[in-house]
Amino acid sequence: MASMRDIKRRKGSIQSTQQITKAMKLVSTVKLQKAKSRAEETNPYFNYMYKTVSSMLARSGGINHPYLTGSDSKKKAVILITSNRGLAGGYNSNMVKLVTGSDLPKEDTLIYSIGHKGTEALERRGYQIMKDESEVIEAPTYADASAICKEVLDAYTSGEIGEIYLAYTHFKNTVVHEPKMIRLLPVDLGEVETDQSESNILMNYEPNEEEALDMIIPKYVTSLCYGALVESVASENGARMQAMDSATSNAEEMISDLTLKYNRARQGSITQELTEIIAGANAIS
Amino acid sequence: MAEENRVFDIEIITPDRIFYTGKAAMIEFNTADGEIGVYKNHIPLTTVLVPGIVTITGDEGLKTAAVHAGFAEILPDKVTLLAEIAEWPDEIDEQRAEAAAARAKERLAAKTKDIDLARAEFALRKALVRMEIKK
Repeated sequence: MASMRDIKRRKGSIQSTQQITKAMKLVSTVKLQKAKSRAEETNPYFNYMYKTVSSMLARSGGINHPYLTGSDSKKKAVILITSNRGLAGGYNSNMVKLVTGSDLPKEDTLIYSIGHKGTEALERRGYQIMKDESEVIEAPTYADASAICKEVLDAYTSGEIGEIYLAYTHFKNTVVHEPKMIRLLPVDLGEVETDQSESNILMNYEPNEEEALDMIIPKYVTSLCYGALVESVASENGARMQAMDSATSNAEEMISDLTLKYNRARQGSITQELTEIIAGANAIS
Repeated sequence: MAEENRVFDIEIITPDRIFYTGKAAMIEFNTADGEIGVYKNHIPLTTVLVPGIVTITGDEGLKTAAVHAGFAEILPDKVTLLAEIAEWPDEIDEQRAEAAAARAKERLAAKTKDIDLARAEFALRKALVRMEIKK
């Protein structure tokens, strides 16, 4: 049996770890609240943008626009959103697995990474990192998203890349976060569902359909990116909160286990001491 | 036509918030093809916004706001502006706008090779709209 002092030391160390995890949980809870309300504020824009663009594309099936048809380039760009800090459970490794486990060939995939963890993990696995914009994830703004998207879109229009994917963590609710990979460009027409009643309206475009698409698609991509950033931040804090919560309760369990062991050891040592004293006294008399 | 029949829904949405929702009889804004005013039962139209002042004529009188970039979807009974930036007059810092206008003008005047002309022009227009709405 471990000595009393060993058990005591171990208990102390677990206790201080528990204090840290508890504090981290509190911090991420506060951050989660903030991120969650931001995600909720962004949602209407995000949804409306998606709806408008989908219905626009559904109605304008005949348009032969590079944003819809794609280019011949085999290269695929992935905008990957992870976090800068770890200790968030499976949050980062899920995102990395999503990319490595997808059917995108490694040599043709260009990563535009937001978040140190994803950059590091994919670099190690031999992916080509085109850009690392990790500081953005601390406080994402629409301007940040637009800067990143502009770069990717430029590469797309110049024909360097043929497809753009966006990998992020969808924030379903505080406990459920879902890693997601969506194809931004060329726009996935197969997935677009349109409201029958609305698609019957004959929409006019100014200046004309092609030019309107030219202006709106980049905004669509940017807004999806921004929405993904905001949701990912919320998911990250949610994941961290959960991870820290379970760490705290695990520590609690270990502490109670060790307390029991400590008391048993203490009792054992007292009994032993008593037996020794009695035996000694007996020997003298 | 009765008064209430002339109003329609207006929504102005930005990435950070729902900027404005309400009913109005008319809305005016700046598009890539020039200024337009929209009444109820306008033909369906999707158009691109450029920096400008949005004027909403509603029950509570006139409301103005600065809107920069985005697009508008007009349906017979609803107008939605998806704006990247939208501001009420009291949210605008006039001094900052003036400084930005001066900076953009300087950049345009300098005409060095490496400047992003479109960006400087956009900045100038944004600043001018902000200054105008303050007056």
